[in-house]
Amino acid sequence: MCLTCGCGDEDGVRVRAVDEHEHHHHDHTPEHGHPHGHGQTETLELGTRVLLKNDRLAEATRTRLRARGIDVVNLMSSPGSGKTSLLERTISETGGRREICVIEGDQETMADAERIARAGARAVQVNTGAGCHLDAGMVDRAVARLAPPDGSLLFVENVGNLVCPALFDLGESAKVVVISVTEGDDKPLKYPHMFAVADLVVVNKTDLLPYVDFDVDVLGKAARSLNPHVQVMPLSVRNGSNLDHWYAWLGDLAATTAGRDPA
Amino acid sequence: MALTLDVVDVVATRTAGRRVSCVRLDVGELTGVVPEALRFCFDLATQGTGLDGARLDIRVVPGRITCRDCGATTACADRILLCGCGSADVAVVHGEELLVASVEVVKEEACA
Repeated sequence: MCLTCGCGDEDGVRVRAVDEHEHHHHDHTPEHGHPHGHGQTETLELGTRVLLKNDRLAEATRTRLRARGIDVVNLMSSPGSGKTSLLERTISETGGRREICVIEGDQETMADAERIARAGARAVQVNTGAGCHLDAGMVDRAVARLAPPDGSLLFVENVGNLVCPALFDLGESAKVVVISVTEGDDKPLKYPHMFAVADLVVVNKTDLLPYVDFDVDVLGKAARSLNPHVQVMPLSVRNGSNLDHWYAWLGDLAATTAGRDPA
Repeated sequence: MALTLDVVDVVATRTAGRRVSCVRLDVGELTGVVPEALRFCFDLATQGTGLDGARLDIRVVPGRITCRDCGATTACADRILLCGCGSADVAVVHGEELLVASVEVVKEEACA
């Protein structure tokens, strides 16, 4: 997935709280490259999954946070679909009921973490530099910095990208894909992997439906062709339409994850 | 690139500094991972490691699905998982693999 975009080198990753100086992360594989002669070879059977390290770390994060009653929602979308706006409104309208914390992922700037902080929630920003997605290691470090309280709701706002984030387990309880009506109802078929892993598809900016050629039913049908049980939820952050469905879904999430056996 | 770096990390850990001459990957057809892109990144990702100069063999594992409605197991080449009977309620049998299957390491002059 993120093989052609040049991302993946964690050298440039920075995890910062709002009002905090930059911390560079350096975590390299050990040096190799000893000169050797060439002799006979032997085959070692490995059968190791690629991203196993990521997935194990994610599972450890999931188990640890679930034990503390913390639900983690991984929000993914293309840039500009309204993830941060959805979070701002969610924080201002429901933050009093359950504490919300946010890990913001972007290539650069503290802008979104600052927006979240202004909305009244604790936030840390992960700047991935050239990277196009968050991984379990970045989230692990961000959780350590953020220190979300027991029983809180933790949103991870992934880097805006409908491709690479689909592949990386972050230790979330649920994956939510946000798509806005200006993006087109053909996106599930164009970016099938993202929609195939989603637990919920939020269709944002429905206030613009009269002005664009976007059919919510077409989107829903396309999403379900990839993911038969996925829930599709049209709403508008701007005019507040159907936001009660989103809040109800978040409420149900706590009940659902509490009933799951941590793997 | 992140995947290729993970492959290098897995192999470097498991071969403990021995010289690696070949890495064999199983890549499922339904993963969305592009073998050509892996090959492109592999040379870059292996530079300066024990895998430098190693050959990359990629076996593409064809997608196969089993239908929960009609029970048939059929081939499926893309992410739109549909059985011939029209049902989308299917389980993936093969095609989601992303494995470092095996490596060839040089027998002589291995270092600890």
